[in-house]
Amino acid sequence: MKSLRSRYIRSALAAAGIGLFAGIALADEAPKYDVVDGGIPASLTGVAGNPENGKAAMLNRKGGNCLSCHAISALSDQPFHGEVGPTLDGAADRWSEAQLRLIVANSKAVFEDTIMPAFYRTEGLHRVADKFADKTILSAQEVEDVVAYLLTMKE
Amino acid sequence: MKKWTYAAAAIAIGGVVAAGAAAVSAEDKPMLTIDGETFTTHVKVPDDHPLAPEVISGWEYRTRETQALELDDFQNPAFLAVEQGEELWSAVDGSEGKSCESCHGDAAESMKGVRANMPRWNEAANKPWTLEEHINSCRKDRMGAEPWKWESSEMLGMTAYVGLQSRGMPMTVQTDGPMASWIEKGKELYYTRVGQLDMACANCHVDNYGKYIRADLLSQGNINGFPTYRLKWQGVGSLHRRFKGCMDQVRAKPYKRGSDEFVALEAYLASRGAGLSVETPAVRN
Ligand code: HEC
Ligand code: HEC
Ligand code: HEC
Repeated sequence: MKSLRSRYIRSALAAAGIGLFAGIALADEAPKYDVVDGGIPASLTGVAGNPENGKAAMLNRKGGNCLSCHAISALSDQPFHGEVGPTLDGAADRWSEAQLRLIVANSKAVFEDTIMPAFYRTEGLHRVADKFADKTILSAQEVEDVVAYLLTMKE
Repeated sequence: MKKWTYAAAAIAIGGVVAAGAAAVSAEDKPMLTIDGETFTTHVKVPDDHPLAPEVISGWEYRTRETQALELDDFQNPAFLAVEQGEELWSAVDGSEGKSCESCHGDAAESMKGVRANMPRWNEAANKPWTLEEHINSCRKDRMGAEPWKWESSEMLGMTAYVGLQSRGMPMTVQTDGPMASWIEKGKELYYTRVGQLDMACANCHVDNYGKYIRADLLSQGNINGFPTYRLKWQGVGSLHRRFKGCMDQVRAKPYKRGSDEFVALEAYLASRGAGLSVETPAVRN
């Protein structure tokens, strides 16, 4: 057997790294935002995020479903925190608002090869079920809300 | 429920001693022992194997309660399907007036080892055939009977019954010759990200086995137990149903049961899991 390929295979679109130059290269309907210094400094909607709504979006199993991979002490009343990702406790101490926005919108731009889904991206995906085609997992406002909640996560 | 004739046979071979003692041998780490026969659930593999150092059966990742169901054929709910398969084995069907038994005789002999090297290269079809395809080809071409649907209770019963005749034997799929390119294709699919969640099989089953994803403890996604009774399904399901389920989870458009893609994935996973004991019909949650 050949040595294991570097890692994961994706469609040609993704391989071209289009997501990183979002504003320029994305198709019309695809999410647009500017990445500056490893973050998205500008709000995606111009409407301030609401942390309570963010918490709801994170818990929603058909939405963020963040607990499937991350443990969050502040949400210890919720059952079944996953172990696939690191705890999000203290996330706001480690990352700026702009960085958190990029991590949520397109985790792959921050963590190469990560299992974490990109919650606000439609480009470069492969064999998406019809029901979800050209849809982002979270809406722009939900991303803002999630970021607002993450910003409360200080230790 | 009818008593199991080969349960008795297996005890005769394995020795009566271990029967019943299996689950208690080590409180912390029970062994997969059925009717006195201990199964291989860990296989040491060389460094260049994607699951190095060990290939591990999905059985090891289930709860004690779920494990216990597989340890005892009288509790294993998949044996209802096996029983149906056994009945169908000797049931005459189709224009030729034959049953499986007419040609194959005692399944315990003629079908021994068959499941362990599936999928198997079929020269005439010029592709690997799964167990389902072997069975349906006999029905169509040799019995003059209607092929069974992939996920029908008849097919699940027959694959469970035929599969059981290989239980305890090591998985040994052919990997050379014309199988090699299918296995390579399957591996490529295994590492290809799909769906709105943009995940490959390997993201969960290679990079994260042994960790919880929500309430599910991720295994290596091995295939030695199929068809499998799944508590969530409340029934027995095929391997390709499981593949479909995993693709649905990541919001991908699944391939069809029996498609070249799923057969390639099956061939790859059979080769990757070589050496694990066939556990058909396993119990998982
Ligand atoms: C399928 C698993 C998975 C899901 C679902 C997931 N993540 Fe992640 N996340 C990860 C992993 C793994 C990492 C570590 C980065 C890497 O892959 O190297 C990570 C990293 C992060 C980080 C940076 C970690 C740090 O240092 O604090 C943040 C913030 C984060 N995720 C937020 C989220 C949010 C918010 C959601 C839900 C909207 C989410 N994640 C959903 C797997 C996941
Ligand atoms: C008319 C005779 C006949 C009947 C009836 C028949 N088969 Fe077969 N079957 C064969 C022959 C011949 C082969 C090919 C054996 C070989 O290639 O060595 C075969 C091959 C198989 C194989 C592949 C494994 C192997 O040993 O090659 C399976 C599995 C199988 N049959 C299952 C069944 C089942 C289940 C039924 C009933 C639904 C059935 N067969 C009915 C003649 C028959
Ligand atoms: C989001 C994570 C995830 C992805 C991606 C995923 N699976 Fe799974 N898979 C699971 C979970 C959870 C289970 C049930 C627990 C376990 O055995 O890991 C499972 C179970 C399985 C099993 C049954 C294992 C057994 O012992 O019965 C197989 C086989 C399997 N997956 C194959 C695949 C294949 C093939 C793919 C890619 C098409 C895939 N999985 C993608 C999460 C995933």
